[in-house]
Amino acid sequence: MFSQLRPAVLITIVMTVLTGLIYPLAITGIAQVIFPYQANGSLAVRNGTAVGSELIGQAFTKPEYFHPRPSAAGPKGYDATASGGSNLGPTNPDLAKRIEKDAAEYRAENGVTSGIPADAVTTSGSGLDPDISPANALLQARRIARARQVAETEIMALVRKNTKGRELGFMGEPRVNVLQLNIDLDLQYPMR
Amino acid sequence: MQQVADALKRGKRARPLFDPPIVRRALIDSFAKLNPRTLAKNPVMFVVEVGAALTTVLLFQSIAAHRPGWGFDFQITLWLWFTVLFANFAEAMAEGRGKAQADSLRKAKTETFAKKLVNGKIEIVPASSLRKGDICLCEPNDLIPGDGEVIDGIASVDESVITGESAPVIRESGGDRSAVTGGTKVLSDWIKIQITSNPGETFLDRMIALVEGAQRQKTPNEIALNIMIAGLTLIFLLACVTLAPFAQYAVVSAGAGKVPGLVVLVALLVCLIPTTIGGLLSAIGIAGMDRVMQHNVLAMSGKAVEAAGDVNTLLLDKTGTITLGNRQAVAFLPAEGVTAEELADAAQFSSLADETPEGRSIVVLAKEKYGLRGREISALEAEFIPFSAQTRMSGVNMHGRAIRKGATESIKRYVLQSGGVFSQAVSEISDRISRDGGTPLAVAENGRALGVIHLKDVVKGGMRQRFDQMRTMGIRTVMITGDNPLTAAAIAREAGVDDFLAQATPRDKLDLIRREQASGRLVAMTGDGTNDAPALAQADVGVAMNTGTMAAKEAGNMVDLDSNPTKLIEVVAIGKQLLITRGALTTFSIANDVAKYFAIIPAMFTITYPPLAKLNIMRLHSPESAILAAVIFNALIIIALVPLALRGVKYRPLSAGALLRRNLLVYGLGGIIAPFPGIWVVDRVLGILHLA
Amino acid sequence: MTSNGWFQIAFFFVLIVASAKPLGSFIANVIEGRKTFLSPILGPLERLVYKLCGIDPAQEQRWTQYTAALLAFSAFSCILLYALQRLQGFLPFNPQHYGAGSVSPDLAFNTSASFGTNTNWQSYTPETTLSYLVQMAGLTVHNFLSAAAGLAIAIALVRGFARQSIKTIGNFWADLTRSTLYILMPMSLIAAIFLCSQGVIQNLHPYTVVTTLEGAKQIIAQGPVASQEAVKMLGTNGGGFFNANSAHPFENPTPLSNMFEMFLIFLIPGALTYTFGKMVRDTRQGWAMFAAMSLLWLAGVVTAYHYEQNGTPILARNGIAVQASATQPGGNMEGKETRFGIADSALFATVTTDASCGAVNSMHDSFTPLGGLVPLFNIQLGEVVFGGVGAGLYGMLMFAILAVFIAGLMVGRTPEYLGKKIEQKEVKMAMLSLLILAACILLFAGASSVIPFDKGSYWNPPGPATANLTNPGPHGFSEILYAYTSGTGNNGSAFGGLNPNTPWYNLTIGVVMLFGRFFMIIPLLAVAGSLADKKQVPVSAGTFPTHGPLFVALLTGVVIVVGALTYFPALSLGPLIEHLL
Repeated sequence: MFSQLRPAVLITIVMTVLTGLIYPLAITGIAQVIFPYQANGSLAVRNGTAVGSELIGQAFTKPEYFHPRPSAAGPKGYDATASGGSNLGPTNPDLAKRIEKDAAEYRAENGVTSGIPADAVTTSGSGLDPDISPANALLQARRIARARQVAETEIMALVRKNTKGRELGFMGEPRVNVLQLNIDLDLQYPMR
Repeated sequence: MQQVADALKRGKRARPLFDPPIVRRALIDSFAKLNPRTLAKNPVMFVVEVGAALTTVLLFQSIAAHRPGWGFDFQITLWLWFTVLFANFAEAMAEGRGKAQADSLRKAKTETFAKKLVNGKIEIVPASSLRKGDICLCEPNDLIPGDGEVIDGIASVDESVITGESAPVIRESGGDRSAVTGGTKVLSDWIKIQITSNPGETFLDRMIALVEGAQRQKTPNEIALNIMIAGLTLIFLLACVTLAPFAQYAVVSAGAGKVPGLVVLVALLVCLIPTTIGGLLSAIGIAGMDRVMQHNVLAMSGKAVEAAGDVNTLLLDKTGTITLGNRQAVAFLPAEGVTAEELADAAQFSSLADETPEGRSIVVLAKEKYGLRGREISALEAEFIPFSAQTRMSGVNMHGRAIRKGATESIKRYVLQSGGVFSQAVSEISDRISRDGGTPLAVAENGRALGVIHLKDVVKGGMRQRFDQMRTMGIRTVMITGDNPLTAAAIAREAGVDDFLAQATPRDKLDLIRREQASGRLVAMTGDGTNDAPALAQADVGVAMNTGTMAAKEAGNMVDLDSNPTKLIEVVAIGKQLLITRGALTTFSIANDVAKYFAIIPAMFTITYPPLAKLNIMRLHSPESAILAAVIFNALIIIALVPLALRGVKYRPLSAGALLRRNLLVYGLGGIIAPFPGIWVVDRVLGILHLA
Repeated sequence: MTSNGWFQIAFFFVLIVASAKPLGSFIANVIEGRKTFLSPILGPLERLVYKLCGIDPAQEQRWTQYTAALLAFSAFSCILLYALQRLQGFLPFNPQHYGAGSVSPDLAFNTSASFGTNTNWQSYTPETTLSYLVQMAGLTVHNFLSAAAGLAIAIALVRGFARQSIKTIGNFWADLTRSTLYILMPMSLIAAIFLCSQGVIQNLHPYTVVTTLEGAKQIIAQGPVASQEAVKMLGTNGGGFFNANSAHPFENPTPLSNMFEMFLIFLIPGALTYTFGKMVRDTRQGWAMFAAMSLLWLAGVVTAYHYEQNGTPILARNGIAVQASATQPGGNMEGKETRFGIADSALFATVTTDASCGAVNSMHDSFTPLGGLVPLFNIQLGEVVFGGVGAGLYGMLMFAILAVFIAGLMVGRTPEYLGKKIEQKEVKMAMLSLLILAACILLFAGASSVIPFDKGSYWNPPGPATANLTNPGPHGFSEILYAYTSGTGNNGSAFGGLNPNTPWYNLTIGVVMLFGRFFMIIPLLAVAGSLADKKQVPVSAGTFPTHGPLFVALLTGVVIVVGALTYFPALSLGPLIEHLL
């Protein structure tokens, strides 16, 4: 084993330089040149200042905004330095209570009596899910229309406009980016 | 291969599987084998014994403390001991059959006296005092005092004590029939023998030790399998040991039930570890050796039997194995201007005094084909010329007729020397016969070549099918012969062997074996002569004929007491059967665990987690009876499989894929399914008897 | 379950099948030192590495030397990683100024063991713990090297089958270097750039502070993510740059990046089956392995997808739509991302635990009991379903040895596999590695189920080891079982409800990761050495064919039976009972 020690030390050092410094720094350089927007976090800019990242969900609680999914990132949710899920198991009584409460609130806020989309009352894996399902968004449209005093159909049209279909027609799920949708809301139907 | 399977069934010394004296002895032995030091060699059963001992201690504690439910502990304990005893019984049964055989052999070993020759004078000494190199005289009704080599004389010897064959055999000095075995009896004439082994090392001693299993060493494959099942045992031990803390967590978190007691955990462990194969493994090995023995083949080690199952290449001597020892005349092919009758007539005359099988076959053929009656030799006043190595011809002179027959070349020389004409046609016919694998024998009368007798090797019936089956089993057959390549090729074609070695010298044979082995093949062969010894030693499986020389017997790792070279094929089948039985029972044993889990796990935790009862798919009526039923089933299955272990799984000559599919279905799937009804029935019986 | 979901699963499989042959041949060429299209560019670099490190790539090693080289290398590189973590406060690329305080010695040990063994179990929240330098020069490096080492070992074992009557099994340093330079680096480079295009970040900025539309402050974590993400998937490492791992939108922003990441996980392991077939000069053997793996993979996906889409009683009780529709995914969305839905999450969970990756795009802890059983049981099977880079193949070959041993007996011959007789030593080593794995998982899970600690104690400040659980009842037990299973199996995924960042868990999980890796590898290299030394038995009709459907079924069966028999009691007290409750 001792005869192998010299190459072990040397190769670790050589490879550290190669794969730990040269490789990531080279990629940083390339990415900054060809994909600067993405490489720096896909920041959404309004009026010249960043209001968030297009990819990172943020909390919305006011009735005039579309609400994201519940979040378990950080104690208050949507803490972008504390990503993570609730890790509540399927039979956990705490989860039962939370979902019961969230479902009741969701129904009350949006005047829904029927079934609720699953994503509306479940926390995401990252706690930073930027998207909600189109069904979820459409169910919120009435509340927003009322808050912004516009026709519900217009809000629904905006949701449809912001709905991203499956990628290449089959990958993933259709979704609506909440931040983008809310930015569009503020642009088209500003609060009076 | 049906023949092989049939041959497997009819062992010459077959005893009924459960011979009462053997069973009686085995019953006693199964208790003696409880000795932990003996049992420690079998890791699986050792674990069961330790478990049984543990539950016994716990049982006494429970009884002393008047704890309720000790009846359950008692029954578990009882059945755990039964499990060990059943396994011991299986082994004892297998050994018992060998022991019974050893006893009959030992009778031949009663103290005898030898007529030792010292400086030409006979001294009567005890046979046990003979040493290697001593010379003894054996006369009618003398027991031969030890293994030896005949150095002088000729005698008929009764070897039935070794071979079971009552017909006496001839033993004479020189050649391949010079070996004698201690304990056999001279019937007529006399021989002088030189002792070749010291007391305690004789063939008979070795044979007794072998059949008794005294020298039984575990074979490599058996060791590997033992390692695997020992490993599985450890894994199951882990699963059972850690079940205690897991249960502890469950009990605390559910706030109900209790952690399963040690007795239950031991019961689970014993059910899970591969006791079926663990209990029967050594019995399978011993029984395999025993089966070889029943075929009158003495295997020097279990390893040799195992290797036989692996053989890739089978070297078979042509004469006696593939063909009926002798060539026979099949046709008379006359030269131009000669009728077949003339030729047949001359040929018959020339062969009248020829007592060789070839000679007799010529007489017979002439009689059958051309109605030429055999004539009385004495009436002919003929002078017979016997075969000589110089002329390589034999023949007859009578009434001015000089008839000669012999190898074509020799006859040609003879004809040309006598100034006659040797027709080209005769040469051509001869060549054609040679090409077809026959032997031409030219016949000349008074310096004129009459034609050729076609002598042919006759392949034994059914050989082709046998070789075909060998091929399906993946075994290549190679015919060894001293014939020229042309003849050899023709016979090889007719017999259906895969390859042949023509004009084979012992050296060639050895080289062929080495070549095959170098490319990773395992080679089996038979041999009898001293010059076969190196090849027998080199081959992975070398079967020496009992009639053969001591050197050959020493070199091989099996001795065929019947001296039947085709036996090799049966030995291969037995070797395969041995491995198959092991594999099948291992698979069965492991597959059984599925049902046992479904019996025991719900039983252990139904109080803690009532919904777990849904896993009780056999609907066993109480947790106690479920656990007990699994343990009882586990014990009984060992006994139930003893006959299979002793007899071996039926071997079918199929390709590997077909064989595996079949065995997986029977022992794998069967092993998963069988315990479900089995455990269910035991559970019902327990219920009816109010035992749990 | 939707037809679209099934189509994605099928599409993924087609990608893996299609790439197996071309990449598999490429790997075989590289590892045997033959010229490839990359040689003109990378050849000089390879020779430079040899020169700098004083390595003679042509010098063959016996299995003992090969093992010694691997151990020396692993030991030193782990020590270096430990030092990097503890000293990060004094080193550059640390815009958030994380110091030694955030990395305790037991955590640093755990992380070193974790990345050194290709496990990438993370007891910490990366974005609030580690500097960019540690992420790059520490973790990214190990992502490369632990994968390259795994590949080297697999190749060494395959050489054992391919060679005959030779005492040596290759040169570890050459195998390691070639795997890194020709296979992992170029593919990572391309993958990283592609991931960037999808939105994976790659910068060295400090964290960005933004004011949200509602006027709140949000701190957005940054870093050189793409470079690590690529090799994290390709090398089946799985250690996330962020706590949420591949569920995090900066690690896995789109369904396309998600498909790509799953593809990267199976890419090399799938191709290695072909490499194996090619090296033993019978590609059918490799495809048989591939088929057995595919069957096990499919069984996992179908189960996970089915149960996740079915949802949970809690959801049903509250009138939540669990049926998928055109506008919402339905199912058990707790812990899952909207963009991935149920099918992609179930597929990812299966793939990441089939392989020893351990990256997650959804939280396994919140899966339904049987949906969560799939990842757990996948790891318990030994991660042989394509498996880790190298590790999957050598693990499956170990099972093949066992399968052939039993099956071989049943055809009446001393068992042989690829012409090599399977005898005492091979069986002993295969059983040894199985035994060590089972012992690590069961004994430590058992200990953590009951071990008492005082509240505030050094070893486990929350109290008894069960105090670290988020979920009560059988699910809590599953969390413990999953932790040691994941550690031993070198997977790294978790039932994240368990808080493992205490000395007790850090040390015990650290130990099982080391045992799980090296007590698997050492016996296998011993097998490689023993096999290489054996003669090759020619194939005959009596040889049990190991390339047909029968062998595939047998191998699959052995993998499942061994796993089920070992873990059924434990599983029945975890996921199984939870399902029945």
